[in-house]
Amino acid sequence: MFDYNFHWRPVLKSFPDLIQAGFVTLEIASLAMLLGIVIGLCLALMRINMKGPLKWFAVTWIEIARNTPALFQLFFFGFGLGAFGINLSPFTIILTGLSFNCAGYLAENFRGGFQAIPVMQINSARCLGMNSWQAYTRIVIPQVLRIVYYPITNQMVWAVLMSSLGMLVGFKELSGETQFFASKTFRVFEYFAVAAVIYYVIVKIVLGASRLLAMRLFRY
Amino acid sequence: MQEPVSFFTGFNPNDLWFLGEAALKTLWISILSITIGSVMGCVFGWVLHESKSVAGIILAPILDVFRSVPLLIQLVLFYNFAPMVGLDLNPFLSGVVILTFYTASLVTNVARGGIESVETSMRRASRSLGLTYWQDLFHVVLPIGGRTVFPAWIGVVLGVMKDSALVSVLGYVELLKASQILITRTQEPLLILSIAGAFYFALSYPISLYASKFEKRWAK
Repeated sequence: MFDYNFHWRPVLKSFPDLIQAGFVTLEIASLAMLLGIVIGLCLALMRINMKGPLKWFAVTWIEIARNTPALFQLFFFGFGLGAFGINLSPFTIILTGLSFNCAGYLAENFRGGFQAIPVMQINSARCLGMNSWQAYTRIVIPQVLRIVYYPITNQMVWAVLMSSLGMLVGFKELSGETQFFASKTFRVFEYFAVAAVIYYVIVKIVLGASRLLAMRLFRY
Repeated sequence: MQEPVSFFTGFNPNDLWFLGEAALKTLWISILSITIGSVMGCVFGWVLHESKSVAGIILAPILDVFRSVPLLIQLVLFYNFAPMVGLDLNPFLSGVVILTFYTASLVTNVARGGIESVETSMRRASRSLGLTYWQDLFHVVLPIGGRTVFPAWIGVVLGVMKDSALVSVLGYVELLKASQILITRTQEPLLILSIAGAFYFALSYPISLYASKFEKRWAK
């Protein structure tokens, strides 16, 4: 019944390349998260504080990011924008797609965080002579970042997992590299099994690092 | 209206029907895997809650794998693994199997949180009133805990529905794959992707709207 012969040798040979690709995955996920956090903060603030077109822009962004598949968003940036003559490189596609998605999800987390901060604190900060920018960057946002620390960690894990979609738009991160080797050697199962293990390790490293960072950041 | 605009060449109302049918397929594969997966997840969650030692050592790490490896990799792995052990699965069935386990792994956490959100004192009270263990579980824990974690469960449902787009990698013609096929034929990526996105949005947005309404009602 089980007459399949595993061939691990080619996988072993290209293992360094896969590890290298794992770093690319981590890199793209981190970049997307950084962009996502910055954009997500802006979107959350726009959704809370603004009126009119800016608010609707933020709401539209958030709802589209949250209610359509990430793969669809990638395809949109990849192929949809081609209709306007904008042809992005695979790296840009996956980066914009992931950032777009992460920003939408994070914005909702941030919104919850902002709502947990009493308005009185902003008023007090303004009374103490801070301007609006100072009040936000020195009083509100540090607290918000603390509240949403664990959601951000989760989102980072999601970003690592979702970056595997790069395979489908031709970007060679871990999955893309895996598929490249798999189609070269026809050892699909072996390669993807190793990729799965590497992903698992990456996720565990991300979670462990975030726990260490939390211990360092939230000591008091 | 008689003279078709050049923008629409190649795209006719029949294609809309084709996309609608594909949307139904997306809905069908999601409903199937979410239903089975949720039931499994509830059982797993209960097991994890009840026996922290035995099942916790065996079950928790396995479920953790489903959450730490990208769904794309899981699908490809399983699709290539099934024939090795003599299973002849079509893309639809493999998709359902993996999506089910994926849902189960996510719902397990939700269910466990739900069971743990019911205070021990309340469960003891119900047992003191003469309810059996199962009566306590179904008539006390289920309604109270279920209400607490309902929004989280909806989050999982929406996530799985969107992630079902990945089954297209195996060749199952669901919404995203259908849109790809149409794009190849009509060379109208923007239009068709917008329609596909609108379908996804129409499937997902009402549910998320309902969930947030539900949450607001219970927050009072």
